[in-house]
Amino acid sequence: MELMRIKDLPITADLAGFAAVVGVIALGAVAWVARGGLTRRWEHLVGLLGLWMVIVGQYMGLVSSPRERMMGEVGRILYVHVPSAWLTMLTFTFTCAFATFFLFSGKRHWDHLVEATAEVGVVLSILLQATGMLFAKPTWGVFWDWDPRLVSTTVMMLSFMGVLTLRGLLDDVDRRATWTSVGSILATTSMIVTYFSVRWWRSIHQMQSSPDTVADPMVFVLRWNAFAFLFLTVWFVVQRARLSARREALDAPPALPEEVPA
Amino acid sequence: MTGVRAVAAVVGRELRTEWRDRSRVGGLFVYGFALVLALAFAMPGPHMLPDLAGGALWLGLVLASTRALDASFATELEHGALEAMLLWPVPPAAIFYGKALANTIVLLMVACFLAPIVGLLYHPEPRGSLWMLPLVMVAGCMALAAPGTLVASLTSRARGSSALLPVLLFPLVVPVLLASARATTLLLEGDPMNQADDWLGVLVVFNLLHWSLDALLFERVIDEG
Repeated sequence: MELMRIKDLPITADLAGFAAVVGVIALGAVAWVARGGLTRRWEHLVGLLGLWMVIVGQYMGLVSSPRERMMGEVGRILYVHVPSAWLTMLTFTFTCAFATFFLFSGKRHWDHLVEATAEVGVVLSILLQATGMLFAKPTWGVFWDWDPRLVSTTVMMLSFMGVLTLRGLLDDVDRRATWTSVGSILATTSMIVTYFSVRWWRSIHQMQSSPDTVADPMVFVLRWNAFAFLFLTVWFVVQRARLSARREALDAPPALPEEVPA
Repeated sequence: MTGVRAVAAVVGRELRTEWRDRSRVGGLFVYGFALVLALAFAMPGPHMLPDLAGGALWLGLVLASTRALDASFATELEHGALEAMLLWPVPPAAIFYGKALANTIVLLMVACFLAPIVGLLYHPEPRGSLWMLPLVMVAGCMALAAPGTLVASLTSRARGSSALLPVLLFPLVVPVLLASARATTLLLEGDPMNQADDWLGVLVVFNLLHWSLDALLFERVIDEG
């Protein structure tokens, strides 16, 4: 129980604030960058900043930060696990938001962002699951537990993998864009119901653990790494969205051949 | 044409099609039967079966629902029936509600067929009152049908649709399987804490969400043809 409490808290306590503040800024930034607001050089600077912050942040997490009281060295995986959890949630929230924008406006750049965020989100959630399992084995004694967060993240990852599979199987561009958006909205909304129903299922057996405080140095390193992951994610999403736009342009049927003079 | 009459017309059309090709529903019955039978053999021993009755019923229904839903759109694509239906002077939402209601009725028929078979094969010993079981069955089938109809409308026109439908649908209906199987098991094994009510509540919330949201999304899907 003691171990779970420490793991629980940064995610539950900080997620709302982090998502609200950073989320709104990042949403605007990603949309602006994807519409060509930044020149290529500045955009890569965001990626480089993220890379630098990840290197510094991981050094702080692995070497310079104090050992976690309960878990010792194992606790250091938090500095990868928690930021990837935050960013997975944030990225999939973006997917849902962009999908809604696409369905309302029909503008193609939203569709490219849907594909980009869904794909980056799946990669992040795989990272989340992998670090989570490595973390769970020494602390909980098992690789997997029927915890609501675990189940709902896995369900969401599977849903988005399904959506991307569907997308890959459709050839018509308009149809593909609309259906990806519909699938993304379904996947995100159902994740909420899954979370609460699994929590209910579990709570019949055991009570939820209560929040506690995290030591200040840990919070700083966590936040640092979260921003590092955020910058890298934004960079990845923007690159992926551009790739998606290029592919679409490539697949588009060629313009009618010019009339050849006799 | 008012909304209710339009929905009723679509339901009538769907059920008529099902009736004309009765072998499809018949096939579903046999499929469900075979599933609950096979499931029993995969379990450690007959002594465990009474506890598994609720789960077996709903697992059978969820798996059978993918066949039913896939078929409900596959037939539309033959001879361009969907395009003809879109020419009707009814809003797309009416088509969605009609199809989803018809799918609910088909799933309920399968549920009513499977429930006694599970009762026979799994020997559950009901210790509580079962009057809520029909409610759980109706709510559960509705909760499978609404997202199922929407997902089937997406996958039916992709290549390899029959494999894709479960991939998209199963993650979506995890709460349905969980809530209805838990509620059924609680009703069968006795429910001193009235927890079945809460699980029924989960199904109601799920239904409210999907019967409203999915109709809106369906309009977009159909617009795209």
